[in-house]
Amino acid sequence: MIEVRALSKSFGAVRALDGVSFTASDGRITGLLGPNGAGKSTTLRILYTVLEPAAGSARVDGFDAAETPLEVRRRIGVLPHGAGLYPNLTARENIAYFGRMHGLSGQELDSRVDALADLLDLREFADRRARGFSQGQRTKTALARALVHEPQNVLLDEPSNGLDVMATRSLRELIRRLREAGKCVLFSSHVMQEVAALCDDIVIIAHGRVVASGTPDAIRAQAGEANLEEAFVKAIGSAEGLE
Amino acid sequence: MRAPLLTVFRKEVVDNLRDRRTLYSALLFGPLFGPLLFAGLISFMLSETVAELDEPLELPVLGAEQAPNLIAYLKANGTDILQAANDRAGVEAAIKAGEHAVALIIPEGFAAAWNAGAPAAIALVSDSSSSRAAKDVVRAGALLETYSTQVGLLRLQARGVDWTTVKPLALQNVDVSTPAGRSVLVLGMMTYFVLFAMLMGGMYLAIDTTAGERERGSLEPLLTLPATRATLIVGKILATCFYMAFSLALTLFAFAVSLRFVPLKELGMVANFGPAVAVGAFFVLLPFVPLGAALMTVVASFTKSYKEAQTWLSVVLLVPTLPIIVAAVFTLKPSLALMAVPSLSQHLLVTDLIKNEPIDPLWFAVSATSTLLLGAALGWLAARLYRREGILG
Repeated sequence: MIEVRALSKSFGAVRALDGVSFTASDGRITGLLGPNGAGKSTTLRILYTVLEPAAGSARVDGFDAAETPLEVRRRIGVLPHGAGLYPNLTARENIAYFGRMHGLSGQELDSRVDALADLLDLREFADRRARGFSQGQRTKTALARALVHEPQNVLLDEPSNGLDVMATRSLRELIRRLREAGKCVLFSSHVMQEVAALCDDIVIIAHGRVVASGTPDAIRAQAGEANLEEAFVKAIGSAEGLE
Repeated sequence: MRAPLLTVFRKEVVDNLRDRRTLYSALLFGPLFGPLLFAGLISFMLSETVAELDEPLELPVLGAEQAPNLIAYLKANGTDILQAANDRAGVEAAIKAGEHAVALIIPEGFAAAWNAGAPAAIALVSDSSSSRAAKDVVRAGALLETYSTQVGLLRLQARGVDWTTVKPLALQNVDVSTPAGRSVLVLGMMTYFVLFAMLMGGMYLAIDTTAGERERGSLEPLLTLPATRATLIVGKILATCFYMAFSLALTLFAFAVSLRFVPLKELGMVANFGPAVAVGAFFVLLPFVPLGAALMTVVASFTKSYKEAQTWLSVVLLVPTLPIIVAAVFTLKPSLALMAVPSLSQHLLVTDLIKNEPIDPLWFAVSATSTLLLGAALGWLAARLYRREGILG
């Protein structure tokens, strides 16, 4: 369960977030949609505690990200934008390192890494060093790393970036499974089709503000458009930066 | 050790064990090239000095026929007498042109003055602007002075005068230095080689765990893990310390081995650097490990990229020399107050070890404490830097 209330953040003179509020519930997939530079990554970065908000609050399972960052970090799994791996470690070691940092060890850790290797189809390169991995292999490893401790809340920043069609399909399949397991999934994207195909709830962000939110049906009704794409464009004000 | 701290430490050690750059710099460049270069350089310098003393002095002489006894004396004392030019101008021109370092002119009328017992003029021609010639000039001058004194004493004896009358002083030079103490002239610069190798051993780790981690994009996921940033940075600094301590031990071992092959004996020195001294030096230098690791981590944290970090850290490698150079320039004597200065105190204590002089436990305690305190302060600063949002770059 993620609750964001009146979040504001500036970088120098640039106002990145200007009062962003939304809720992402357990057992639902929430999509953060907006053009590049709208404030999606900044919102996620505050949620996963690497940035502090100037005003407002971001809560994960009731814990404030700024005040109790360690409690929040225990409850989240994160795929940051352009997540880097350790090139000298194998895929398996990269995943296990994060598992150990979450307090896993021994048999339990091994079986979780194995299960994720099957689920994400990374067995064939699991014991190869990450140097020289393709973008798809890197993203799969980074995803497994984010999920190794079975977090209740999963934050994904542009997860389908650089993935081919097959990998994107299995990513969607994985996200649906997480929903079925009752997890709270929040992911950002600037690809309308992806959000439309996957999300139970959509939060549309532009210029650091939430311009529309709700189920796809509610957003269509709100905009008075039968087509979701038209509704998006209307909400944002222009089609710039969207795909 | 708390679990996340141990996990970070172990991961960084294993990760860098697989990195060729780290391994080469930690195990090869500093620890092996330093001592080998050092031993090789000293051996070369020593063999040059020794060889020069054995070589005959080449001395062109004009008018040799006037002083057969002098010439015989010179020949008997390791001088090759050469044929000089035919006149004074020719001899001087040859020296100016650098054909020889020094030449002797025995003018007309030498024999007459000699036989009359009057001071007989001779001229030693040299070019004092040529540094290469200085040694030969001194050697030739000393030979002539000795000959002059010996003949003078013989003449006094021939006249029935006790020659001791003209020797009112009986000067004796008493050198209280020990062979080990004299070796410090040469081995004194060793501390810097060791400090340098030690820092080299941790340099790539300090870069990789900070600037490298950011450049790869692995820092942001790392910061989402349930560990405080202080835990992360301390784990990284400890891994850097591990490699530096390994580098330090290896370097001292390499020095202990390579110095056995340096012919210090020929200069009346003994390299007092056996296993006991090497182990002592290890413990004297060990407190500098966390200081160096924290210093490099702080500097690397400020930089934006791997390359920039590399540039800055190669400057940091020179920092430990500064106190040693300042002490050398002002010829500071070892004192309790100086033990509070990191790198200088280690240098002075290691020098004492090499001289085979006892080390005051208080001095060692002050040196270790001040160095560790500064290291802890820098470690704290590194943790502070890691808490900034700007660390993400």
